[in-house]
Amino acid sequence: MLQSIEVSSGARVIPRVVAPRAAEAREAVTPGKPCIITSHLWAFFGDAPAIKDISMVVPQQAVTAIIGPSGCGKSTLLRCINRMHETGPNTRVDGQVEILGSAIYGDETSPTAVRRHVGMVFQRPTPFPAMSVRTNVAAGLRADPKSRLAKQNVDEIVEEALHRAGLWEEVKDRLNESAMTLSGGQQQRLCIARTLATRPRVILLDEPTASLDPLSTQKVEELVYQLRETVTVVIVTHNMQQAARVSDRTAFLLAGELIELAPTNGLFTAPTDPRTEAYITGRFG
Amino acid sequence: MKTRLARHWISGVMIGLTYLAAVLATLPLLLILAHLLKKGATSLSLSFFTSMPKPVGEAGGGMANAIVGTLILIGIACMIGLPIGIGAGIYLSEKRSRPLAQSVRFLSDVLNGLPSIVMGIFAWEFLVRPVGHFSALAGGAALGAMMIPLVTRTTEEMLKVVPISLREAALALGYPRWRTSLSVVVRTALAGIATGALVAVARIAGETAPLLFTAFGNQFWSTSLREPIAALPLQIFTYAISPYDEWHAQAWAGALVLISIVLVISLAARLVTRSRFGAPVD
Repeated sequence: MLQSIEVSSGARVIPRVVAPRAAEAREAVTPGKPCIITSHLWAFFGDAPAIKDISMVVPQQAVTAIIGPSGCGKSTLLRCINRMHETGPNTRVDGQVEILGSAIYGDETSPTAVRRHVGMVFQRPTPFPAMSVRTNVAAGLRADPKSRLAKQNVDEIVEEALHRAGLWEEVKDRLNESAMTLSGGQQQRLCIARTLATRPRVILLDEPTASLDPLSTQKVEELVYQLRETVTVVIVTHNMQQAARVSDRTAFLLAGELIELAPTNGLFTAPTDPRTEAYITGRFG
Repeated sequence: MKTRLARHWISGVMIGLTYLAAVLATLPLLLILAHLLKKGATSLSLSFFTSMPKPVGEAGGGMANAIVGTLILIGIACMIGLPIGIGAGIYLSEKRSRPLAQSVRFLSDVLNGLPSIVMGIFAWEFLVRPVGHFSALAGGAALGAMMIPLVTRTTEEMLKVVPISLREAALALGYPRWRTSLSVVVRTALAGIATGALVAVARIAGETAPLLFTAFGNQFWSTSLREPIAALPLQIFTYAISPYDEWHAQAWAGALVLISIVLVISLAARLVTRSRFGAPVD
């Protein structure tokens, strides 16, 4: 099975990324300085906990994948890191999350301020339909008109963000067209560019390729791989091969509990918990 | 099992029936338009739009005051109906399940079904009787009140179809709640809201009953909001029940103008909707 992960991922989607990296880079990753620290984090829908007592450390400038079966709380965990969980009805969060040393569930912390520093990209592309490509990318800058970013040259920021998202060449002549004229994969990279434009320190990706075709998926994965040089990335994925391809560390969640968090290669080749092994070898989920 | 021929035949008949229904559905409008054109076009001239009504027996004359009056009444109605209706619609879509939202939604539906004459009596009771005279303001207010439930419900429907994911995307970018609602949700639905508003305007433009004892009508030129004001539907009513042939002709012409105004507004609504799928706004 493990072999089949390597083989199928290599052969089917991105041959060139997986092969060289798997060996050297992954083993070498020692968790750098911590970026995100969750301590005894619980999140509830009504009275039902979706994640239970999760304490984990996510290192800076690395990609951390969260895997697990449907309904295990992957997305909820992600949404606790930018205080999106509490936007739903009847929701509650217990415990603390620290990002680069600041407690985001502090009494004086405003959720909107947290979200301006922690970008998020969703399962389905969410370009704003009433806006052009350019205004979509600049949308985040206007979240806080008084901020430093809003006063800078917006066109430059837009261009840089589109370059970083690998979309500039495709849309540079269509900046004033509706964002809805782009393809699904382009829309998703547009959403990533929109997030990058605000220069976040952390980017949360919630199954960003779930609605994309294999080619677009490959582009997004390559992008995620490059992003880790400048930002900390946490990616939720249903696809274990994707976790294996893009991440440095992988967390396995089951029924709201964090079962294991380890360097990706280690987790997939020699899981310490039998439940992890059962999941990655396909015995359930 | 039916033969292939029989299925073809039945299919043909059913399609034919739906064609017939579609033609019948548009027939009344076509007949009305044709009849209005035949009867009204002859009395329609430039002077119909520019001159005042003439006394019985004098040739010519127009409905300049009634046309302007109708536009003023629509203006007042919009100033009252649009802000309240759109605001209430935003509230209903933002706070969907609040008890207040549910009762407002129900009451707007009731208000929507309220006979327009009742709205007129209501406006008379509160805006005409205390003041002591009829006024354009009272007429506009009655029409505005009729617009409110229409605009409220269409605004709510248009906002409801904006996907939750867009709202979440805006929140995740650090937009405060109010800015998310205005610059993303309302903005996305703007074309739809504008269409709903125009449809509501088209609907009230031809209302007569609420104006009978509010705007009252006026044979003279008046643009004062505190005075009785002429309106096309009222003028048509007055002329149509008169015994004079030249007034009847004028009534037909007035009806043609009124229906043209409504038609233009409806076409504008169509254009606004189309631009939603065409070039981007901004």
